[in-house]
Parts: sequence; C-alpha cells; structure tokens
Amino acid sequence: MRPDSTSSPLPAQKSSSRPNASYIKSIGAILWKDLAAEVRSRELLTAMLVFALLVILIFNFALDLDAATRRVATPGILWATFAFAGTLGLNRSMALEKDRGCFDGLLLAPVDRSAIYFGKLISNLVFMLIVEAVVLPVYSVLYNTNLFNPGLVCVILLGSLGYVAVGTLLSSMAVQTRTRDVLLPILLFPVIIPILIAAVKASSGFLQGVALADNMPYINLLLVYAVIFTAVAFMVFDYVVEE
Amino acid sequence: MEPQPVALKILNTLSILCFLGSLGMVFLYAPLEVTMNYVQKLFYFHVANAWVGMLGFLAAAVAGIIYLVTHDIKWDIIEIAAIEISLVFFLIAILSGSIWARPSWGTYWTWEPRLTTAAILEMVYIACLLLRQGIDDPDRRARFSAVYTLIGSISVPITFLSIRLFRTIHPVLIGSGSASAQGSFDMTPKMLFTMFFTLGTFSVIFVALFWHRIRLGQLSQLVDQRKLEEQ
Repeated sequence: MRPDSTSSPLPAQKSSSRPNASYIKSIGAILWKDLAAEVRSRELLTAMLVFALLVILIFNFALDLDAATRRVATPGILWATFAFAGTLGLNRSMALEKDRGCFDGLLLAPVDRSAIYFGKLISNLVFMLIVEAVVLPVYSVLYNTNLFNPGLVCVILLGSLGYVAVGTLLSSMAVQTRTRDVLLPILLFPVIIPILIAAVKASSGFLQGVALADNMPYINLLLVYAVIFTAVAFMVFDYVVEE
Repeated sequence: MEPQPVALKILNTLSILCFLGSLGMVFLYAPLEVTMNYVQKLFYFHVANAWVGMLGFLAAAVAGIIYLVTHDIKWDIIEIAAIEISLVFFLIAILSGSIWARPSWGTYWTWEPRLTTAAILEMVYIACLLLRQGIDDPDRRARFSAVYTLIGSISVPITFLSIRLFRTIHPVLIGSGSASAQGSFDMTPKMLFTMFFTLGTFSVIFVALFWHRIRLGQLSQLVDQRKLEEQ
C-alpha cells in the first residue's frame, strides 16, 4: 500500500504528516464498532438498564424510602446503582470481544494498543452515561425528587470517567481469567472507593444546595482520580493484552 | 534446593531472641499506662504489626513495578511474598486495634480513615490473590498481579486521603494529633524505647519471613517446572 514503507526505517512517522490523526481515527473506529454492534443487538444496554432499575427497586424495599430517608440516601442509592450496573456493562463489553475472538483481531490490527484501550473506554463511558441518563429521570419521577442539577451532572460525568478508566483496564484483565464473571467486581470495588466517597459526598452536596467551595475538594478528588488512572491504565494496558 | 544460608539461620535465631526481648520489655520494663492499664500493652504490637504491613505494602508495589520493567519472574516471587506477609500482618494490626479500641473508644470498629484504609488494603490483597488463582499461565499471572498491585498501591493512599477529608478519632502519637482524637496518651522515654525496640524486632521478623517466603516461592516454581518436564 505504501511505496515508501520498505525503504524507510520509520514508515509510520514518515507516511503521515499528522501522527495523531491515525491514532484518533483508530480510537474512533473501535468506538464506532462498539456502538454499531450495540445498536444492532441492544443486549448490553438492555441488561444494564433493567439491572439498574431492579437495583433501585430493591433499595426501595430495603431502605423503606420515605421522604426523610430519601433526602439522605439518594446520592448513595444512585452511585450504588451506577457501580453495580457499570460492572455488568464492563464485563459484557469485554466478554463479547473475548468470546467471538474479536479481541485477537483487534490486537492484530497495526495500531497502538492504547488506542484499543481508549476506544473501549469511550464506548464503555457512553453506555454508562446512557444508563445514567435514563436512571436519573426515572428516579426523579418515582421518588418525586428533582435530580436535574448541573452540579450533579458534572459529578456524574467525572465519576463515571474515573470508574470506566479503571473498569476498562480491570475488565480486560478479568476476562482473561478462569473466574471472569465473578472477578471483576472483586477487583474493581476496592480500588474505586475514592470515587464512590467523593461522588456520593459531592452529589449530596449539590442536591442539598451546599456552597460550591465546600464541594470543590470532592470534585478535585474525582478529577485527580480520573487523570491518574487514565494515565496509569494508558501506560500498563500493553502488559494486560500482551500475548 | 540448597539448605538455608547461614545468614538466614542467624536471622531466625535473632527473630526469636528479639521477640522474647520485646515481650520482656513490654511486660516488665515499660511502665503501666495510668488510664488504660494493661490494654495499652497491646499498642506496642499493634504499631509494630502495622509498620511491617506497610513495609510489605511498599515492597509489593516496588517489586511489581520492577517486574513490569524487567519481566524477570524473580520479582513476581518477591511480590507475592510481600503481599502475603503484608496481608497477615495487617490483619493482626486490625484485630489487635479492634481489641484495643473496645475499652478505649467503646467500640470494636469505627469507619475512621486508618481503619477503613487498612480494611480496604486487605480487600485489595485478597482480590489480588483471587486474581492470581484464576490464571494458569505463570507469565500472565505475574503481569496481571503486578498491574493490579500497581493500581492498588496508587488507589489505597488516595482512599486514605479521601476518607481523611472527614474528621478522625484515631490517636496520632507521633506528630500532632487532631483535637478530636480519643485514647491518646503521653509516652514516657521508657515507653518510647520499648516501642522502637518492638518496631525493630518486627522488622527483623519481617525480613526473616520475607526471605523464607521467597525461598518457598522459588521451590514452588521449581515444582511447577518439574511437573511440566514430566508431562
């Protein structure tokens, strides 16, 4: 395809004037593949959504959510729901790749492996945000609580990003083990405690109208966590998919 | 497998002697604390166990990173040795802390930064052991466990900081404690000396155990190799 690729020692650098363009294109291709597969099968989102609603239903009976309890418990319930539904999606998204041998195909593709990681990260994030976008209004209607709060949306974006950054890495490890279906939550939950703490605190802060300055430490924590773990996962993803 | 080296044998004896020495110092030399009486004796072992747990935690994180860089299976053996030792010593620290907390704080457990972080660290280690159990290929097992240890060693300090955003009641004996800490006490020079002696003792015990566990890891690696050769 490339006439100069045999003569040049560094064909990738020479053939493209913008080295980042192909990288972003491969991330986009993986994202597109995941979204297209989901639009056709709808098995991942359906499972996550039904599961999320069931978790809310269970909390309804487990905590007897009257008005007073709701005010205190809403952020906790939301984040527990997102965390549980998230593992379902992460597991399924990676298991699909592994079962049908797609993952080996992805690894054979001549792209940087971190592009695979970012592609999966973004598609997992999209699925998670869709679930959250459905759960929030449903929760608002069911419990007569107004959850439409720009601060809360910001917390959910940041929290989901951090969650998915670690989750994508750990799920690609978990699917390669014998006990893969049970392993992901066990691996994931101990290391995402900072996200849960900060997200629950910040959410309840925004819902109860606490001043922004008091909420900032938690927002910063979410931001720092997301940045650190995206960077770490970017660095170690090669070791996880190495054959 | 060659027999134990002389240095290790000396270390074994030293561990036993130091431990007996620590017991003697804690119960005979260190003065009785006025308000907490004998319960306070637990403190020397609690601090020493937590210290050794931290040493193991650091060793595991460093060994994991070195494994990822060098791909030398020796560092995986060191890492799992550190994880297992740290797991046990942190468990002892948590349990001894709970026993101490009952008379001092009136409860076995509170969701305080250090306690919670220690518990989460235990969960990370248990998850790491479960992860290792699920993988047969030794190379992949080593890689995954190194990656997970790395993730854990970054997230656990962040967990500590995030819980610390709340108020703490755990006493800080060295350095300034928070005003709301309960159960702190002033240490006399004798107490301080005893504490540092137990810290030293447990460090020696840590090195000895670490060494034994690394030898055990090398042995089990040898067994795996022999099994593969027979097949």
